Amino acid sequence: MKQIVKRILKILFVAVIVKPIILIILGLNIKDRQKLPLKGPAIIAANHNSHLDTMVMFSLYPLSKVHKLRPVAAADYFLCNPFIAWFSLNVIGIIPLSRSGSIKKDLFKECHEALDNEDILLIFPEGTRGEPEKTSKLKKGLYYLCKDRTDTKIIPVMTHGLGRALPRGEALFVPFTCDIVIGDELPAFNNSKELLALLSKNYSQLLKSCLTYQENR
Amino acid sequence: MPFSHIPEHSIYAMITVIIVLITASIIQFIISHKHPDKDYTELRQRTISWWWIIGLLFLFLVMGRTATIFFFAFISFLALKEFLSIVSTRQADRTVVFWAYISIPLQYFWVSEAWYGMFIIFIPVYLFLFIPMRMVLIGETEGFIKAAGVLHWAVMLTVFSVSHIAYLMILPGGNPLAGGIGLVLYLLFLTQFNDVSQYIWGKLLGQHKIIPKVSPNKTWEGFLGGLLTITLTAGFIAPYLTPLTQLQGFAAGVIISTGGFIGDVVISSVKRDLRIKDCGNLIPGHGGILDRMDSLIYTAPLFFHFVYYLYF
Repeated sequence: MKQIVKRILKILFVAVIVKPIILIILGLNIKDRQKLPLKGPAIIAANHNSHLDTMVMFSLYPLSKVHKLRPVAAADYFLCNPFIAWFSLNVIGIIPLSRSGSIKKDLFKECHEALDNEDILLIFPEGTRGEPEKTSKLKKGLYYLCKDRTDTKIIPVMTHGLGRALPRGEALFVPFTCDIVIGDELPAFNNSKELLALLSKNYSQLLKSCLTYQENR
Repeated sequence: MPFSHIPEHSIYAMITVIIVLITASIIQFIISHKHPDKDYTELRQRTISWWWIIGLLFLFLVMGRTATIFFFAFISFLALKEFLSIVSTRQADRTVVFWAYISIPLQYFWVSEAWYGMFIIFIPVYLFLFIPMRMVLIGETEGFIKAAGVLHWAVMLTVFSVSHIAYLMILPGGNPLAGGIGLVLYLLFLTQFNDVSQYIWGKLLGQHKIIPKVSPNKTWEGFLGGLLTITLTAGFIAPYLTPLTQLQGFAAGVIISTGGFIGDVVISSVKRDLRIKDCGNLIPGHGGILDRMDSLIYTAPLFFHFVYYLYF
């Protein structure tokens, strides 16, 4: 019962708020939308510049599938205030993750449960929004999450321009058309270094298809 | 009658456009069925997008003046957003960019009030002076000149120019059989038809490149063929849709054809500078909204002031 209520809340949120804001006020140049995984278990590994990143991903999904997309988000940030915590957990459906750094055994318990449930995890391997329009150093967490999972594909996604529309620490939202480019499933990798190298390579490749990106900016 | 408030000639003009569109869709359908081996996706997308563009435009035109003003204000918003997204803006100027957006409701408010004096100076004078002032308050001086220039130019192209189309709707008097809608239809039809004619003449006869550095596919033959076609068409339909005489209609045709060509190559130069092919992918088969509006950026103010000088 609770699951149904959560699902309805999420659909309402995406239909009434996220889609109109993202698709009309913000505006997206979407490239290779057909590569977006509609079925789990899958992990979307996106770069992170703005809170809008998560909303953009939701706006790309049909309403019948939005409950499958689960953002993995920092527990210390999203659970600190009771209202934001309630909203994040029950409407957006985040999977809270501790950023303290120590690798505990059951750190990814909820992530694995979600993947087993054929959900699609949305992960930002940079771990933070960082400076506008710059990709920060990628973290290894993603590797530890999926090293033992052979069933899960990883899809790199590049967004560009969202750091202009709503950067970290700013409250004023300014409309800018943003780019979102969906990449191909990552090939197999043996260790965390290989995974991060693959990801960086994919990001710089995808960035080239962004209309709003200029190398000499 | 639901359409009784629309002047007679404008109804006929809209029906004609829809017939042209149906004919084009049938031709496109036949072509892609005759050659199933070739990929006509872009042609098909283009036709479908034309249905959307014309469908929405006619819907708002039929709904009346206020609806049309809202429609073009929204077009300005989409165009300004697209332009600011492809050029570089300084992160420090986000607030100034926000003010640039605020100019849209104001500019279209002057239109709805038919306050011509304010409409014509608001962006060229007041916004022109306001943007640098607001930037000074932020205090970032590196890249100041370029940033101020880009912002004002963006608003001139996408808000000031485009708002002239909406102002055509509310010009008083004119041709009672066609009304303000007649002028809007006349301008939009001829501008888009000019793009098509220049393209077709260029394909048929094109030999001598006109501006190879910017648009290698544009030729003198295409330009002159389009100029002749549009001048004649403009002259013959002017008495039906506008207060212009046939002779003045020929002159309007020259203005629209030449202006349309210039608008097209100006936006082409912007894209060359930024090394992009299209300004966006909002309209499937066409590119971004600026790729469709490029000619109008020139033809709208030029045609408006030609008519305004002669009749209002």
